[in-house]
Amino acid sequence: MSTSSNSPLTAGTTRLVNLNSVLPWVIAAVALILLPQLFGSRSALTIINQMAITIVFALSYNMLLGQGGMLSFGHAVYMGLGGFFSMHVMNMVEGGLWLPLPLLPIFGGLFGMFFAFLIGSFSTRRAGTVFAMISLGVGELVAACSVIIVIFFGGEEGVSGDRTMGPEVFGWDFGSHEQVYYLTIFWLLIAALGMFLYSRTPIGRIANAVRDNEERAEFLGYSQRNVRWMSFIASGFFAGIAGALFAINYEILTEENLNLATSGTILLVTFLGGVGFFVGPIVGAIVFTLLQTVLGLYTELWGLYLGILFLATVMFFPFGLTGLIAMHIAPWKMGKIGHLVVPYAMLFFPAVLAILSGAAFMEILFHIREAGVGDSEMSLYGITFDSHAIWPMATAIVVFVVSVFIINRLSARVKAAWDEATHTGRAGS
Amino acid sequence: MSAPAIELRNLEKSFGLAKIIQGVNLSIEKGERHAIIGPNGAGKSTLFNLITGKYTPTAGQVLMHGEDVSGMKPFQINRKGLSRSFQITNIFHNMTVFENVRCGLLWSMGYKYSFWHMINGQKALTEKADEIIEQINLTSRRNMVAGALAYAEQRALEIGITIAGGADIIMLDEPCAGMSHSETELIVDLIRKVTEGKTLIIVEHDMGVIFDLADKISVLVYGEIIESDTPEAVRASVAVKEAYLGTTLEDA
Ligand SMILES: Nc1ncnc2c1ncn2[C@@H]1O[C@H](COP(=O)(O)OP(=O)(O)OP(=O)(O)O)[C@@H](O)[C@H]1O
Ligand SMILES: [Mg+2]
Repeated sequence: MSTSSNSPLTAGTTRLVNLNSVLPWVIAAVALILLPQLFGSRSALTIINQMAITIVFALSYNMLLGQGGMLSFGHAVYMGLGGFFSMHVMNMVEGGLWLPLPLLPIFGGLFGMFFAFLIGSFSTRRAGTVFAMISLGVGELVAACSVIIVIFFGGEEGVSGDRTMGPEVFGWDFGSHEQVYYLTIFWLLIAALGMFLYSRTPIGRIANAVRDNEERAEFLGYSQRNVRWMSFIASGFFAGIAGALFAINYEILTEENLNLATSGTILLVTFLGGVGFFVGPIVGAIVFTLLQTVLGLYTELWGLYLGILFLATVMFFPFGLTGLIAMHIAPWKMGKIGHLVVPYAMLFFPAVLAILSGAAFMEILFHIREAGVGDSEMSLYGITFDSHAIWPMATAIVVFVVSVFIINRLSARVKAAWDEATHTGRAGS
Repeated sequence: MSAPAIELRNLEKSFGLAKIIQGVNLSIEKGERHAIIGPNGAGKSTLFNLITGKYTPTAGQVLMHGEDVSGMKPFQINRKGLSRSFQITNIFHNMTVFENVRCGLLWSMGYKYSFWHMINGQKALTEKADEIIEQINLTSRRNMVAGALAYAEQRALEIGITIAGGADIIMLDEPCAGMSHSETELIVDLIRKVTEGKTLIIVEHDMGVIFDLADKISVLVYGEIIESDTPEAVRASVAVKEAYLGTTLEDA
């Protein structure tokens, strides 16, 4: 890395996209507005909406982790509570309350913020392990409440509603997927811009300062507790917006929306993208949603692959996918990216083979265990074979071992090329 | 007659059974340049931590401009106009020099917990930060990450952050520790420049620096002040010589 930083939290001194200028925002907005013309299908729009919700949620999570250095294991609480309240407001609209649907996320946000205010009042006193443990406890507590307090959380069925019951907005009743899409991306852009601008305010910068050195910040007039509390409240607000968007899109909320599994997922998504960058969670949310929805179509094991990807990221690229891209900015700027082309190309085929054969191993194993008795025929990568036979499994293992061996042999070369490409001095070039 | 800038009354601090500060009484007038000296482990840093709110006293009081501040949090004491540096460099290593200094300015310039100002658009703030960076001679390092600075530069930045907020009481804990002779001279000039008209409390082992800067010296030995007087008187004091200074004084 070009920075001297060794914590993934603070890698963001190199910027991937200059979000200070208006251009990237305009491009994003225009692209999102035109997208339905390109991928008009219902399922495509559903996937993008899911992405948008995850992006807002992950960005709000990174206000804690990346910006404030708070590792939360219970962030789904704020999205979930914001969502449940939005659902109830939606039902009140059905009962006669006048509220246009596009304004609902404001209420989701306010509710998320309210609970963040309450819970943050004691959870943000300390950072580090204490904060993490409290977040876990609160997450467990709220998830347990959701099963007990049936009148609010709706028990096992959850709470559902109908988004089309409010007053029409310019002739839109939000019954169609396209109308919901536009509502969702409108709020995506508002929330992302809001969170970006927040990071450029005095409190946003001081949140970084407290993350890096809470003691020093205290001797500069800032109460570390208040700074964390404020980040927490702001984060709860945006998580609540994500919850409302979820309520609008799916018209149902259940215990699953605020349990610990969901909290864990958003940590994973954010880390996968890269916590040290503003765009990190966006990248993470896009990759995650694609893996979940697209890979999910092909294999039941998508969760396993996601887990492996997450592990690999934590172990080899602690700066996340965004960090991986950002690492290449320096060689690119020095005009030395060429050094990397050949080694990367050489690495490409063994890497693809390793992934495919590794996955084949898992899939065959899974098929042997899960397919019905007598059903031993399976097809993978367009090849149909007998999953109980020796040779498919043997092939997968051999190909995997060989490609990993080749990758291992090549790694020294890649390392050398990398050192060459990132070497700033004249010597050796 | 106005109240002293800092007054310590029977101040005590124990860690478990170890009594580190044992009944210190000390009065530091406004505008005074007061040095605290003493052997390693005498409790000088502990005394700093008691005055600045990092530790709460076991007994006794800390008064600032006549107001009892014992038990207050560091940020509360800082807001009353007291700022300190640390013996072990304590800066924001992942931020640039500019951002470090700006963090030191934010509260005092009234931004507090603002989320309605765009920080990069604040002209007065940027100008003030650049002015301080100029004062501490780090203009050429303005956009460098603080962790990548040379040691002496980090020490200068430490002082820059400390004085940025415009506090009228400045406390420096061994600002010259680990510096070469020429670096020390630069830092001493810097300290003199940036603390002009302010109350300065300084801990330092380098006697040259002490006799150069201080109007008054207190000698702390085993958590007790055995002498608090002008540099000349301290230099002449037999008690001090016996307890601490020994030959180092003649060397200075
Ligand atoms: N938090 C603490 N817990 C327990 N003991 C402490 C603590 N802080 C300081 N001490 C002890 O108090 C004594 C005084 O330490 P202090 O750092 O104040 O000395 P000092 O005069 O600043 O020394 P030096 O010149 O080495 O900086 C030491 O014996 C130290 O071990
Ligand atoms: Mg000390």
